[in-house]
Amino acid sequence: MRIITAHHPFFHPVAQRTNCRDTATSSTTPFLSTPATILYCRCAYAQVVPSGVKNDVLQKLCDSDTSFETVSDLCEMAAHRDPRLQAIASCGSLRIAACFPRAVKGLFQQAGFPLPADTEILNMRTQSAQEIADALLGAPALTAA
Amino acid sequence: MITHTHRPLRVVLYEGSGSIQLPAESRAKVMMALLDKGYTVTRSGLGAPAMPHDERNLLVLGAFEGKAPALEDATGKISIDTCDITGLEPDAILALVDKSRGEKTMNEPGKWKPWFPVIDYSRCTNCMQCLSFCLFDVYGVSDDNKIQVQNNDNCKTNCPACSRVCPEVAIMFPKYQAGPINGDEINENEAGREKIKVDISSLLGGDIYSALKDRSAAAKSRFSKERSPDKALDERKKCLTKLVGDGFIPADVLASLPSTEEILKKAVIAKAKAAAALAAQ
Repeated sequence: MRIITAHHPFFHPVAQRTNCRDTATSSTTPFLSTPATILYCRCAYAQVVPSGVKNDVLQKLCDSDTSFETVSDLCEMAAHRDPRLQAIASCGSLRIAACFPRAVKGLFQQAGFPLPADTEILNMRTQSAQEIADALLGAPALTAA
Repeated sequence: MITHTHRPLRVVLYEGSGSIQLPAESRAKVMMALLDKGYTVTRSGLGAPAMPHDERNLLVLGAFEGKAPALEDATGKISIDTCDITGLEPDAILALVDKSRGEKTMNEPGKWKPWFPVIDYSRCTNCMQCLSFCLFDVYGVSDDNKIQVQNNDNCKTNCPACSRVCPEVAIMFPKYQAGPINGDEINENEAGREKIKVDISSLLGGDIYSALKDRSAAAKSRFSKERSPDKALDERKKCLTKLVGDGFIPADVLASLPSTEEILKKAVIAKAKAAAALAAQ
């Protein structure tokens, strides 16, 4: 039996990731921000997101080496105020591939877990898969302290 | 059957140390199969971090070449199962995950559509028109007198009628096809058109709550003179019939309307709730 802890890569606790920004704000040199957490919504409970786009976005994420989180349907989670939404909303820098930003923000707010203002929401109903993948997988911005 | 429990299982597709990376195409197929069945899946690779863990059980899938490690949470709070998926097709992997989930219930795509209104509070003026309009008690008032969606399950699938009576275009149905009801951005011209629709469709006595909001004596006076309960009911039915005729709401919404007595009773209750909330503002 192997014991794993919260420091194991399965878990990636939030504190380990967000400290970078806090530390760097006291610095006078530009720094590379912590990588954003990536969330992909499959919109599996209704066929309103073009399947070609959502399949291509997922394929591009899978083609990369990066870790990412996927959910079957954010609407379904919001319907029963899934506490997982709270974990998502509180994980710091976040990039979400889902649908209209106004709807995604509304879902989280209505569930009681508003998204941080700087969350990037990519719209698979209107944007191309390439555009979305580029935004999801792009390097984090250089931020001057 | 709808269940309002959250996902019973968090699936982790693990490709780190001690496992063999799946080919990208296989990885995508496995993830699609799991997501389309309703599971949430974490891909644990490199770079960007995954989400923090929670109290759910973990099922760790990996190409461990027949040697899936036995794992245990150091805190003892959650159970961790591991499965070796070396050489398995997506269907077989899905069967493994289903087996691991056991009898725990979970909503599944295709059996239910999460259909309910989502309020854009950046636009909502708390006028309470939606509360007075909806006959299925979807809306309610919070402790701090704000309109809120209280009973998702009461909402009639594919019926976005309340979004049409919202004068601020603040009600969204994310699973709706067209904008701005689906959450698409609103330009002022569209907002104006929606407002015109509301004026026509009230119809519904929606002006009652505008009057309450204004709280002017003149408006209150008009409210008392303008609408008898019978007339308001008749107008509501006309509006709904028109919306069905236009294909905007499903016919079964009309068929499932409460009885006349119930509607009148609901109208009284909604009016009292709205009046109390608006008076408290």
